[in-house]
Amino acid sequence: MRRSLTGLPLPRLTARDATAEAVAGIVQRPGRAGLTMLGTVLGVGAFVAVLGLTATGAGQISHQFTVLEDTTVTVEDNGPANNVAAPGTNPAIGFPADADAIAGHINGVAAAGVWWPVSVPDGTNFTGSLALSAAASQTINLLAASPGATAAMGLTMVAGSPLSTYENDNSQHVAVIDTSTAAALGISAARLASHPAAFVDGIAYTVVGVYSSAQRVVTDESAMLIPENTALADFGNPQPGIGNQDEAQMVVATRVGAAQAVSRQIAAAELPTDPSRLVVTSPPNPQNLQSEVSGDLAGLFLILALISLLIGAVGIANTTLVAVLERTEEIGLRRAVGARPRHIAAQFLAESTAIGTLGGLIGTCIGVGTVVIFAAAKDWTAVLNPAYTLPAPLIGSVVGLLAGAYPALRAARTSPLAALRHA
Amino acid sequence: MTVPVIELRGLARTYPGPPPVPALRPADLVIEAGGYVAVTGPSGSGKSTLLHLLGLLDSPTEGSYLLDGLDTSALNDRDRSALRGRQIGVVFQAFHLLPYRTALENVLLAELYNQTPRSDRLRAAADALDAVGLGHRLDALPTTLSGGESQRVAIARALVNRPSLLLCDEPTGNLDSRNAASLMELLDQLNAAGFTIMVITHDAGVAAHAGRTIVISDGVLSERIEVDHA
Ligand SMILES: Nc1ncnc2c1ncn2[C@@H]1O[C@H](COP(=O)(O)OP(=O)(O)O)[C@@H](O)[C@H]1O
Ligand SMILES: [Mg+2]
Repeated sequence: MRRSLTGLPLPRLTARDATAEAVAGIVQRPGRAGLTMLGTVLGVGAFVAVLGLTATGAGQISHQFTVLEDTTVTVEDNGPANNVAAPGTNPAIGFPADADAIAGHINGVAAAGVWWPVSVPDGTNFTGSLALSAAASQTINLLAASPGATAAMGLTMVAGSPLSTYENDNSQHVAVIDTSTAAALGISAARLASHPAAFVDGIAYTVVGVYSSAQRVVTDESAMLIPENTALADFGNPQPGIGNQDEAQMVVATRVGAAQAVSRQIAAAELPTDPSRLVVTSPPNPQNLQSEVSGDLAGLFLILALISLLIGAVGIANTTLVAVLERTEEIGLRRAVGARPRHIAAQFLAESTAIGTLGGLIGTCIGVGTVVIFAAAKDWTAVLNPAYTLPAPLIGSVVGLLAGAYPALRAARTSPLAALRHA
Repeated sequence: MTVPVIELRGLARTYPGPPPVPALRPADLVIEAGGYVAVTGPSGSGKSTLLHLLGLLDSPTEGSYLLDGLDTSALNDRDRSALRGRQIGVVFQAFHLLPYRTALENVLLAELYNQTPRSDRLRAAADALDAVGLGHRLDALPTTLSGGESQRVAIARALVNRPSLLLCDEPTGNLDSRNAASLMELLDQLNAAGFTIMVITHDAGVAAHAGRTIVISDGVLSERIEVDHA
């Protein structure tokens, strides 16, 4: 215990007592305290809500992309021009024969393979049986696909299996079709064991697999996939990729987050001598997208939040100053019973800080509530970064502390004599 | 020989004007421990000025004030605050109770800056209210108390720290005669219990309770000599 020259213990105000006095000062005027903290509530609430909504929105966007686009890289064979090959024929495809294997060696690649749309003459017949009439013929997208490509397409098989390396290496006449094509051709997925065939202008392809949906390339159209080498043998090289969409391309399924890295390496890996012939398309960088979203609107809202906080600070400063002027009698009395000026200052500072903290707490709750309700309404996942959310009430504390500084100084300087003198 | 509670040596207070007001002319005064002194004088004569100096709420412009033998003019604000908190209790004419705090909380306020544990403070506050006859009104708000009860709370607050000096500025000024009489009885009891008391008053009846009366007129102190009405 510290003692003064007088031999008496020095006057002292513990943090606990100062807090109790501050709370008592606030609860004696609850309505006023509520109005005083309004600006802080709005400011902190806006701050938390803006950061939360931005993170939630960005999280939603990157979530959507993560599912597919973020794991898909496309490589197009963009040359050479027609006149490189003999008249009437197409040039050889740019991808090397072991393109699938080369891509498979790149870190982050889950599956990759070459495919192209096979151009068939107009009026080509697709039938499920030679016996059927021409009226039953269909127009179907015929695609050449390497085994790696069918893997990268992410087919969900309902029967049989995707194209195999063996079938490709031996240029077998096999095909994988989707369920709607199977229905159109009258082929039952349940009866693949009986080796049904699809006929393209009389050439039979044994249906070895039926798929219901796909993650890439053949996502929303009916298609018939035949091995790459079979297609080359039956229909020749694909059209070169100038001015049309029929060129050979490679679809690459990457692991999550690896698309950017894969897209930087793949052209040089596949065609070290002429990488520029391959045009690589990768998904936009999700981080860029996120910062774009938080860039414009959120910046505006954060400025509004700052303005609210400023108004909140002015509000607290004003109310505290009024309280100091109203309570000069109390200040004088406290001085008379032993309080030092610093104890008076501490009391009013504690009051303004408590009001700011309370405002910050309420604001944080409102902000979190806003984010949660908004996300629930949109059926999104609410994203609240604890690094911003948990300390948010402290913003209110700082506002209250700063706002209380001048009034507290005024209070400390109040002469006890003037305060206690009565008429 | 015991040290007097109060010893004034040429103590004076002039309010800086313009024009300067010599509210208290250089005064010498000794009050022994256990004394009971009344200070009377017309309005504006300097009674409150004297009380504020004795209560260390104001500083003299001249002279020195020894409290329990300690020269207060040599002390800094920290030590003066310690003395205000521990050695001096002041009872104001206007009570100065905090309106939103109960009787008990108002008394506790005088112990807030004391470095004593909270449980001790609570006990001392309840005891002080008991001593002034308000042991049954601990949780009453000042708005529900009568003038006499409010002044008793103020007295409890002034004596809760067992000060060596109890200063009362017109303690009966806002009370009716019945309440005033019982308050004076209380002060008599406190003096009998050992408190040194100085009462400022207009009222000759109040002054008659004190063993000694000091008259102040235009800032000049003089001892009233008991005159025999032969
Ligand atoms: N702060 C002050 N500034 C200037 N003059 C003052 C001040 N306080 C009191 N006075 C004057 O000092 C004189 C004594 O005042 P006071 O001690 O209050 O008298 P009392 O209590 O006996 O009525 C009065 O003339 C009063 O007007
Ligand atoms: Mg007076």
